[in-house]
Order: sequence, then C-alpha cells, then structure tokens
Amino acid sequence: MHKQALWTVAELEGAHLRDTSFEIIARGRRLADKLGVPLISIAIGSGIEEVELQRLIHHGADSVAAVDTGALQGYQTETYSNVLTSLIERYEPQIVLAAATVNGRSLLPHVAMRLRAGLTADCTELDIEEETGNLLQTRPAIGGNILATIKTPEARPQMATVRPRSTLPLPEDPKRRGEIERIPFEAQWHDRRVKKLGMKENTVEQLNIQAAEIIVAGGRGMKKKENFSLLEKLAAELGGVIGASREAVDRAWISYPHQVGLSGKTVVPALYIAVGISGAIQHLAGMKTAGEIVAINRDPQAPILEIADFAVVGDLFQVLPRLIARLREERQL
Amino acid sequence: MKIIVPIKQVPETGNVKMDTETGTIIRDGSESIINPLDLYAIETAIELKEKHGGSVTAISMGPPAAEKALREAVAMGCDEAVLITDRKFAGSDTWATSYTLSAAIKKIGPFDFIVAGERATDGDTGQVGPNLAAALNLPMATFIRTIDVVKEASAIQVERLVEEGYEQLELPLPALVTVVKEIAYPRLPTLRGKQRAKKMELLRWGADDLDLDVTKIGLKGSPTRVVKIVSPRVTREGSRVEVKNEETLEKAVEELLTFLNERGFLAEHKRLTEGEKGA
Repeated sequence: MHKQALWTVAELEGAHLRDTSFEIIARGRRLADKLGVPLISIAIGSGIEEVELQRLIHHGADSVAAVDTGALQGYQTETYSNVLTSLIERYEPQIVLAAATVNGRSLLPHVAMRLRAGLTADCTELDIEEETGNLLQTRPAIGGNILATIKTPEARPQMATVRPRSTLPLPEDPKRRGEIERIPFEAQWHDRRVKKLGMKENTVEQLNIQAAEIIVAGGRGMKKKENFSLLEKLAAELGGVIGASREAVDRAWISYPHQVGLSGKTVVPALYIAVGISGAIQHLAGMKTAGEIVAINRDPQAPILEIADFAVVGDLFQVLPRLIARLREERQL
Repeated sequence: MKIIVPIKQVPETGNVKMDTETGTIIRDGSESIINPLDLYAIETAIELKEKHGGSVTAISMGPPAAEKALREAVAMGCDEAVLITDRKFAGSDTWATSYTLSAAIKKIGPFDFIVAGERATDGDTGQVGPNLAAALNLPMATFIRTIDVVKEASAIQVERLVEEGYEQLELPLPALVTVVKEIAYPRLPTLRGKQRAKKMELLRWGADDLDLDVTKIGLKGSPTRVVKIVSPRVTREGSRVEVKNEETLEKAVEELLTFLNERGFLAEHKRLTEGEKGA
C-alpha cells in the first residue's frame, strides 16, 4: 500500500456503511488532491461485501483496504484500535480522518495516544497549509464561542475526527475504479477483554437526531410534556425528528437522547426549527451550524432569534396549530 | 473498591466573554467551575463507593487555582484529591495531558475503576478518557448511562449510548468508563462535606514527583499546536415577522411556509402527499 497516503476510516453498522464514511471521503478528496496523494478508505468489520466496498470508491476513494473477519463483528475499541494502530505503523499514512461519531470519538483518541499522534476532535473545516503541506484543522470550542485552527507540525500521522453532516458526500460515480485490498486479520489483534452482551435498539421515539435532516426542537416555552405532541405533529408533517433544550429534558418532558447542546448532542440538520427555546449559549453551541434555522419565540429579545434565518416573534401556541393546519391543508390540495 | 475520577476546571461557559479584536477569551471575572459533565462522573463514583465500599480519589491537572474544583469534589463526597500542577505542564494538549495524568494515576497505585466525564465543556474534545485507557491499557467503555458491578466485584456491566440505541457491554476490572448525564443526578455538597473539604490536605504533584519523560510534557511534548483562534460571527441576517393579531398570524405562517417551500423542505411533505394520492 502507498505510504504517505491520506486515509479515511469507514464506519459500518452491521455489514453496511454509514453515510459518514462517504462524508469523510468528500473531505479527504480535496485534501488528497491538494497534496497529490492517494485517498485510501479503511474498512474494519465483518462480512462486508465487495459491492459495499466498491461504494467507497464510487464516492471518491482511490482504493480500499479492508480487514474483515468474524472477530471484528461490531465495533469494539480495543480490537479495532489494535487493527488501526498496526496498519498505521505498517503503512505510514500522513493523515487519518474519521467521523466524529460515538465510535470515531472513542477509537481515534485511543489510537492517537498509542502512536503519539496529534488528534483534533470534531473538526468543521479542514485544509492544507500551502507552505508546509500540514493539515489545518478548524473546530469550534468553548461552547462554540471560538473557532480554533490546530495543526500538528511534526508528529505523524495527523489525525482528525470530522463533525458528522458538516459536509455532503460526493455524488456516486459507478464508473470509478479502484483496488480493493483485503488485509489479513492477525490473531494477536484480538482483545477479548470487553464482551458485548446485547443491544437495545432505539424506539422510533428516540430516533438518532444526529442523522436527521429536519429537527423540530422544543424548550421551556413548551410549558408541559403534553405540549410536545404539537412538535410531534409538526415533525410528522415535515418528516423530521424531535429535539429539545436542556431545560425540557431536565423537566422530563422528553428523554436525554433528544437533547441538543453543550451537554447533549451537536446536530447539523438541513433545517432546525427551535420552538419556545430562548437560545442559551449552551444550546446554540449544539445547533448553530444547522443549514437553516427557524425560531418561534414570544420574547423579541430571545438570542435564538439573532441566529435564525426565519424568526417568528409570537406565541407558539397560536403559531404551531396554524402552521400544522396549513401544512395539512396543502397536503389535501 | 478504589475509584479514580479525573476532573477538569473550566470557565463557566454561559459567562464567557470574547474579545472580538483579538479573538481570545476574557478571563477576568469569569467564574471557574468543575466541568459540569464531570459532576456525573463524581456522582457515579460516590454512588459506587456507597454501595460497594472503598474510596474515591479526584485528580485534576491544571493551574494552582484548580484546587478549588478538587475541594468541591471532596465536598461532594470524594475521599482524596490530587492536584497535578507545574509550570512545566503549561500548554499541554490532550495527548500531553493524558500522558501526565496517566503517570500520576500510576503513582496513586492500584485501583478498580476510572470514571470520567464524557468531555469537558471548554475544549469539548472528549479525548482524555480514551487516551487514558490507551495509556494505561485498560478496557474501556465510553458514553455509558448505567453501570452494575457484577461477578464478585471483578467486572462491570454497562449500557453504552450509541447512535442506534444502547450497547450492553461487560468489562473486567480494572477498567475505564466515561459517563453521560443520564447516569446520575449529581448531589450538592453538604455542610459537613464543605467543612471537610476546607480542612483537607491536598496532594500536590509536579513534574519532579512523577515518573515522566520530560520530552512528552507541556507545550513541547504536545503533538498539536493552536495556530489561530477566531470568534465566529453568530448572527444570521434572517427575516423576522411579528405576530400580534389574527392578521399578522396568518401573514407570519404564510411567509414561513413560503420560506420552507423555497428551500425545498416541503418536498418530503409533497412526497407524502403524492403517496397518499397514489394509494
């Protein structure tokens, strides 16, 4: 395998690729072209079919290296870390990117520590420094109050996790060709200490809000748990999922997996509708990079209105029912 | 059971003021607090101690003023506190911080658990937990929301929050976990706790007290460098409509519908519609 390449670490759910695998290829493609090096997508898992690996190439990878064996069934930090650390030591990529998902944010720091590599978390922009060819990694910090640009001048590889949904995958090109290399799994990589006992799948009510295109979020202004049904109706009309501010979660109006913000999740949907959310800085930190922001709030001074693309100053209990009714009407036409 | 909780002192984010000229944080007057997400780790550790016996040691690396955060942890119920402080540690990134903390944890001696918060609200990287697990070669589970001690205190079973739900894992002890806020309700310090915290002697360790490779600490030992900090523009120049009466309500809703339609967000809505028509 080519040394000094740019690697992206694909992520699988079962034997299928997650969309974030393609997002980081889109990120990496620009950087690899600037550097004039190949982009190799690394797939670690079990039972991944050839056609699935081809999709990585169709989305912009030059080649794929796959480690595929039963022992890699389902993400597991220690074993995956052994695989990735060993591959990096063997093939010496200059840059390794992964999505800042739950697993990406567990695996990459584990690997970076062992390799003494520089790692920057949850980047929203990546670039190459002209003079040095170093990776420039930009990320929000201090609750989104600052954007810090970070580089790793000497240590290699340069590693970064990239915020999910902060970029779109490249369009699929079924004519793109590239090599798929299968790398044998080595028995000493298998770390059996942590055992997976089972999985509790999310119910529909707890959809993964970080993957959603449209989020309808409620805050303290919703006044009580029952009123979240208004948000559910709106979300159902738009094909969205429910988010919430910390205030709503702390009042047990909705469960924690829905929480957006500094102590919840960071989301980048195409559309974020904030209803009865004043926009505390901790909340804004989790959603202000959304594509379009709509805010409905009674208080004309609410900070959320400042960052909205469309702000409605008014009583949500008037606006929401009317909006839902109009959407239904449109549907009947 | 001996439990170690690494904590961080952070500026209270709600009060952070930025100097827009220089893009730096104005530290004057901003309160420093225990990283709010570490409170869940402290609470988890104390609850485990109350249930299974043992002790909890809070450890923090930072400036001398981080002593305040450690004393707060003691006031909540931690038994011991270790402050890792030395000018030589200044400028550490997450790698160098984790390297230094791992040396300090080795010095503390045998333990059963490390319980950490999922991330700090200032740096927001969430890297130190996994870094420590790697440095100390401990089995790890990140983002856990429940923890049960099983098999005569030789293992734990946890539920780990992932995108699709919760993974159930079993880890042998000693192990490292990072916790999410679902796991516990942090308690407030008691008066007795506060009094104890005030009087308690903290352990203070500098670079010379630890078995460290000095080329791996502080700014010089850090693989990463911050090259630029800017304050992003927060406002968007959006449109604003006000609802005052029936007429403005209708206008507001129509304009909002137009906004959503022009940006393509009613496509799904239309698709649903067509699906129904077809049926």
